[in-house]
Amino acid sequence: MKKSLSPSTEKHRVSLAFFILTMVFFYAPLVILIIFSFNEGRSMNFTGFSFKWYKELFFNSSKLWGSFSNTLIIALISALVSTVIGTLGAIGIYWYHFKMKKYLEVISYLPIILPEIIIGVSMLMFFAGIGLPLGLFTIIIAHITFNIPYVLFIVMARLAEFDYTVIEAAYDLGATEMDALRKVIIPMCMPGILSGFLIAVTLSIDDFVITFFVTGPGASTLPLHIYSMLRFGLSPVINSLSVILIAGSLLMAFTSRRLFRYMFK
Amino acid sequence: MMKNYGQRYTYAMLFWLTVFFVFPFLIILVGSFLKKGLYGGFEFEFSLAAYTSLFSGTMKKVTLNTLFVSVATTVLTVAMAIPSAYYIARSPHKEKLLFLVIIPFWTNFLIRIFAWIAILGNNGLVNSFLISLGVFNAPVQLLYNRWAIILIMIYTSLPFAILPLYAIIEKFDFSLLEAARDLGATKWQSVYKILIPLIIPGITTAVLFTFIPAFGNFAIPDIVGGNDIRMLGNIINEKLKTARNWPAASSISMVLTLISVFMVLMFNRITASRDSQQKTET
Repeated sequence: MKKSLSPSTEKHRVSLAFFILTMVFFYAPLVILIIFSFNEGRSMNFTGFSFKWYKELFFNSSKLWGSFSNTLIIALISALVSTVIGTLGAIGIYWYHFKMKKYLEVISYLPIILPEIIIGVSMLMFFAGIGLPLGLFTIIIAHITFNIPYVLFIVMARLAEFDYTVIEAAYDLGATEMDALRKVIIPMCMPGILSGFLIAVTLSIDDFVITFFVTGPGASTLPLHIYSMLRFGLSPVINSLSVILIAGSLLMAFTSRRLFRYMFK
Repeated sequence: MMKNYGQRYTYAMLFWLTVFFVFPFLIILVGSFLKKGLYGGFEFEFSLAAYTSLFSGTMKKVTLNTLFVSVATTVLTVAMAIPSAYYIARSPHKEKLLFLVIIPFWTNFLIRIFAWIAILGNNGLVNSFLISLGVFNAPVQLLYNRWAIILIMIYTSLPFAILPLYAIIEKFDFSLLEAARDLGATKWQSVYKILIPLIIPGITTAVLFTFIPAFGNFAIPDIVGGNDIRMLGNIINEKLKTARNWPAASSISMVLTLISVFMVLMFNRITASRDSQQKTET
């Protein structure tokens, strides 16, 4: 017995080494950003502790905050719309059979597997073709489009855990189609709908490539702003901004985990 | 019998994806066979120019470079992801460790690229450190080469590779490894002959999740690549915005599309044939 146990612990040692390596690889760059956000100087030589770049970020970066509010508006609107469209689509595709089903499945699968740049380029050409001026509006349309498939698949995964007989029971008890949707199907899918919504918000806030192609003059988002900071002159403000964003995403990750545990377990 | 309302639920999605995904996609499909307009756009005349230009010297170089970067990224990412996923799957704190893997991917994509610029850039941490030690007098160019692109691509795709691998390794029956060892297999043999073949579906998913975004990547080579190290994504952007050659941008987009779809179909077949094989065996 002892003999068969020892190799498995040995095995763990190799995989543990890789896991630690992965964690260092993941977190070292983020920790370095956090440390240097408090650096007084502009370079990566630590010359002294200072909140200078945080002050600069909060009081002297109005353009950045403008793009940030654009990002939030885009994320909320696109996540809401795509959650409604994607959830209804999931219910329809999962439980019913109809003529266009195969087509729908293909066109909802493709945006996920294609490289983002294809979506960006094709939408840019499309908007130019129909003469729609590029700006916040076109960004919102693009974000809704790439978010729908993610919401769809997440809600479908939730639906897979349920029995259709529950809904048949509702009909047998006299529920109308609307009743069944409002009182049975939607509440049942709620964890899926919520996580779909959260994923949509996250993807939208994070998106750079597609937004880069469909944006127009004046419509900047936070990722576009960071991109221009990266391309055209690095300012240490980006360090402090990174820390705020890392903290924000940590907070979001933890609260959503807590929220889900609290609501659904 | 209840009415079939199913299709109604999907009307909004049908409309939205048809108008904003299928139509735009048809534009690049058709446009890649058209002539270039004078000031961007297309001229409605059939032409294969956009496709023949794919075989020019520069395009060959860019394509090879793209292949090299994406294959290297995929191999290294999956090689790192398998042992990490294995460790998580065998740990008693699975959920916490998984959470640790997911956190960096919640952090903004460009910030994660920036973190590496802060480390490897000319004024970055590594250079400052080496110069202050007196190893070098002037900064050494660590970014703007293939390996910088590969490093950052691994960084951004590793969580996506670990998750599907974890999902399959978690269901793996670990006693099989012990049985193999008892029957005289070496440690390496038990991994290579038992574990790896049984987690192939997870590996194929990890390969897809890494290879396709790497192959079609635009942002990473745009930011940390140089003029000599461009990838197909960069060329699409140049053709579209600088050269105003829409058909060329479309034809390269079609190449990316075909390769992505081909890879997905191929991997689906691998997984499907393995499934049927396993079913006939048992």
